[in-house]
Amino acid sequence: MNAVWAHLPILIVLVPLFGALLAGFARRADPAFAIALVVSWVIPFCAGAMLWQVLASGPISYHLGSWAPPWGIEYRVDALNAFVLMLVSMIGAVTMPFARRSVGFEIEEGQRPWFYCMYLLCLTGLLGIAVTGDAFNAFVFLEISSLSTYVLIALGRDRRALLAAFQYLIMGTIGATFYVVGVGLLYLMTGSLNMVDIAARLGPAWADNSRTIIAALAFVTVGVSLKLALFPLHVWLPNAYSYAPSWATAFLSATATKVAIYLLVRFLFSIFGVAIDLRALPVAAIIIGLSLAAMYIASLIAVFQSSLSRMLAYSSVAQIGYITLGIGFVNLAGLTGGLVHIVNHALMKAALFLAVGAVFFRARTVQLDDLAGIGRKMPITMTAFTVACFGLIGTPGTSGFISKWYLALGAIERGWWLVVFLIVGSSLIALIYVGRVLEIAWLREPSAAVAEARDPPLSMLAPLVLLAAATIYFGFDTEWTAGIASTTAKGLLGGLR
Amino acid sequence: MTAVLSPESALALALLTPFVGASVLPLFHDRPNLREAVTLVTAASLCFIVLQLLGPLQHGARPEIDIIEIVPGLAVAFKVEPLGMLFGLVASSLWFVNSIYSIGYMRGNDEPRQTTFYVCFAVAIGSAIGIAFAKNLFTLFLFYEALTLSTYPLVTHKRNEEAIRAGRTYLIFLLGTSLLLLLPAIIATWVFAGTLDFKPGGILPASLGAATIAALLALYVFGIGKAAVMPLHFWLPAAMVAPTPVSALLHAVAVVKAGVFSILKVAVLVFGIDTLSSTGQATWLTVVAGVTIILASVIALRQDNLKRRLAYSTISQLSYIVLGVAVLAPISVTGAAMHIAAHAFSKITLFFAAGSIYTAAHLTQVSQLDGIGRRMPWTMGAFTIGALGMIGVPPTAGFLGKWFILGGAMQTANWLAVAVIFVSTLLNAGYFLPIVYRAFFCDSVDDGHDKHSGEAPWPIVVALTVTAAGTVLMFFLPDVPFSLAKLISGR
Amino acid sequence: MQTLGIILDHYSYVITIFLMMSGLYIVAARGNMVKKLVGLSIFQTSVYLLYIEPAKILGGTAPILDPAFSVYSNPLPHVLILTAIVVGVATLALGLALAVRINEAYGTIEEDEIFERDRET
Repeated sequence: MNAVWAHLPILIVLVPLFGALLAGFARRADPAFAIALVVSWVIPFCAGAMLWQVLASGPISYHLGSWAPPWGIEYRVDALNAFVLMLVSMIGAVTMPFARRSVGFEIEEGQRPWFYCMYLLCLTGLLGIAVTGDAFNAFVFLEISSLSTYVLIALGRDRRALLAAFQYLIMGTIGATFYVVGVGLLYLMTGSLNMVDIAARLGPAWADNSRTIIAALAFVTVGVSLKLALFPLHVWLPNAYSYAPSWATAFLSATATKVAIYLLVRFLFSIFGVAIDLRALPVAAIIIGLSLAAMYIASLIAVFQSSLSRMLAYSSVAQIGYITLGIGFVNLAGLTGGLVHIVNHALMKAALFLAVGAVFFRARTVQLDDLAGIGRKMPITMTAFTVACFGLIGTPGTSGFISKWYLALGAIERGWWLVVFLIVGSSLIALIYVGRVLEIAWLREPSAAVAEARDPPLSMLAPLVLLAAATIYFGFDTEWTAGIASTTAKGLLGGLR
Repeated sequence: MTAVLSPESALALALLTPFVGASVLPLFHDRPNLREAVTLVTAASLCFIVLQLLGPLQHGARPEIDIIEIVPGLAVAFKVEPLGMLFGLVASSLWFVNSIYSIGYMRGNDEPRQTTFYVCFAVAIGSAIGIAFAKNLFTLFLFYEALTLSTYPLVTHKRNEEAIRAGRTYLIFLLGTSLLLLLPAIIATWVFAGTLDFKPGGILPASLGAATIAALLALYVFGIGKAAVMPLHFWLPAAMVAPTPVSALLHAVAVVKAGVFSILKVAVLVFGIDTLSSTGQATWLTVVAGVTIILASVIALRQDNLKRRLAYSTISQLSYIVLGVAVLAPISVTGAAMHIAAHAFSKITLFFAAGSIYTAAHLTQVSQLDGIGRRMPWTMGAFTIGALGMIGVPPTAGFLGKWFILGGAMQTANWLAVAVIFVSTLLNAGYFLPIVYRAFFCDSVDDGHDKHSGEAPWPIVVALTVTAAGTVLMFFLPDVPFSLAKLISGR
Repeated sequence: MQTLGIILDHYSYVITIFLMMSGLYIVAARGNMVKKLVGLSIFQTSVYLLYIEPAKILGGTAPILDPAFSVYSNPLPHVLILTAIVVGVATLALGLALAVRINEAYGTIEEDEIFERDRET
């Protein structure tokens, strides 16, 4: 037992990696699904154990192959990554049962085992980014997750998925390459790739080489922002999310962008922020400006979408704006709000996209015009969808409200009353695009397209209902969301220069 | 009255009962009689439970329950205080009467989706009770939004194009104002005061400065869109597409009263009357309320649709309560609280009558009502009493509220408020008395409508008779509302 | 004159930046998917140079402990770039595979023609 305990940081990467290998060899859909399910259900225990360990006794440092850092690769888990690992693994575990029917419906038989293989690779990459303490290692995991994501998207139900995957491949590779350029510049300045070590060496290097370091900061920020779809680097996202297989969209929307946000926070708060005074640079101002633009422009675009999944994709861009806004505030309430919204948005969006998957499973369409009266045909699905929508608007009693509350407090702490109104104002636009769907779904007479629809089987319904219930639950009990987010934020801000 | 329940458990039960009823109702989807019985039993028990709280309250008890503190500052907690008690009492007792009426109306008009109707209704009442007994601003806000969302399916009940459009207006105005203005106001209150708990005398420090107080007050008054202060009143006439029982209880009592109740509560228990008067920032509120009263009355004069005329009358009457706050005299606050109860009974009677006419004779326009009083004497008799209550003629309860508000206005030499009350009383008479005149003294014109219809189904007649009687009774026996109202202003 | 000196001193960086920009330009300017991938590869290759240049020391050898050699090149960037090349190859392979599938599905790999065909259906 002890042997396992000590190696948790690497196991959380190895288990899905070997799972992917097995799933690839499985050749048939059901065994591959079984492997994916087992892996998805084991990982949360690893993440949970690490989270518990971190909260009880501080950061874990794991030396890969026993090579001491900074020469060897270090896996370093503190409250921030343990939090992200927990989120990613839980989303995987909760949504996985949904995949069997949905994937069986949308993907050709021969490709199904590869779908699970790619999912497990993607999971490997995402968990790897979160667990590693080595900047270049993070790049490798970033590419593992990205390449498998391109394949997941390309497996989508019509040919536009191929185009979406290709476009994402181009954009994603540019983003990852920008990141690696930034890391290269940092390596030139510090001679190290270990994140903690870079942070320690960057300060002394600042005096002579501030221009190179600013360039590194710019490259890393832009590169990671492409992956996290910060406005206006989001153009890959709407196509990718609308044409990918439904389950893949739900999983990716809840995890992939969130892990990229983690990487941004890590670089800004644990590396650059520790070494140099970021407040002297306009980083925060740029992030806040772009976040506000995302909240408004992307929400407005969402209002005019005719496809449900596309509307939710643009809503994701807007919601990511909330998260980066909180990061840009650089104060306790704001950062707490940003971090807590990572979790809250992941849960809501996973629920919403799963509902879209369930609707497609029964009605074979996600065009809003065809979905009139779907609420009466699929009441449980659409009730869960509605609850998650309330979370998106941020009505009190949902987790979305908690995020908004912290963000607003963060803005007030900065003395920006106008931003407070901008935050609450953007939820009005969410009210419009969400209200439009709910009106069609509940109040219109059922259309011919949905005449035969009914609620999906339990394996699909349970994850959906669970996630929707979480939206309500975390609106009241915030110990595991805002509680940990606030501890984490305090730690990150305490390290700032 | 001997207390069967401890005050705390009565409070908990009062909060739970409507929701329990709402969750039981769908089980009887296919058995209407049983379903309606559940509604009536729930409403009766709620009324009984709320009454249990009255005695202890008058003896100084202030039962409270803390449920959970979500994050620092955001706690779900309940506490009974006199104003909430008054609102809770009005809402729960009228729910019972309204349920009897609903049965007659929904069956009489053969409405679809009745189970959804009763479920949403119960949830809406539960939310109103939650608002009434909220201990802090967050809890109030939570149930305020729940009330909006639970009444939305009722407004869009007909599901035709008009209802859907009205639903849109309803949501955008109510959710919109609350998210855009009320929420920042609450956040600001938390930042300035460090607490969101209601407290006699207010929680906001007077040191904030007049400008901040004024801005905050504006956010609250306009953020609480349910109070229908102009120019945020458009949702109320739009909501009239709902079935009449909804207009009667929700859009004349529960929802709109939740609005003015919240304003009253915020003014007295968040700002504090003294803070408001010492910073002298309520003048503009007098003007806004006055303009709303007069303008809404003028618009009401020109409405031919009976329910719309009543809706504009509601807008105008709600601002009496806001005016009572704006006058800032303790006696006018008492009057405002009295008016919550008085207007509730009178206005629900008027809506009941409107629904009764629609059910029995399928008439909706004022111009069609010639001679209707002779065929529907009970309905139009109750209507007349309700109308007198609106105008404020004794012996109806409406007189009391107006009298105290007027007294307060005189006391503080607020001549603008005095003038508004006089003018609006004339206007009230101007748009209600012609209806009464037409109904009783004009001969019906033969325009193809069924002229042989008699009274509406008996549950409707019973309900409107009870509320009309209540309007008069409250004039002679104002003890309960008056004692509660006096406790609010602390004098 | 001084500027020219700086450029000459850092000629390898100038080449890196030139390749990087050309690669990005090709990705943005070309509608043909294979050409886009060529541009992407050039872009990625420039990063390999960025890492390798400072690591290579003139006259340096591989870091083998031997009294005969005293000047070593830094091995770490070489190893990193080996990894990056593998990633680059994988990306290129996947990109080309997608291009093949797109060609099967649309009958073209020109972006504007693909958009047109999507609009038609």
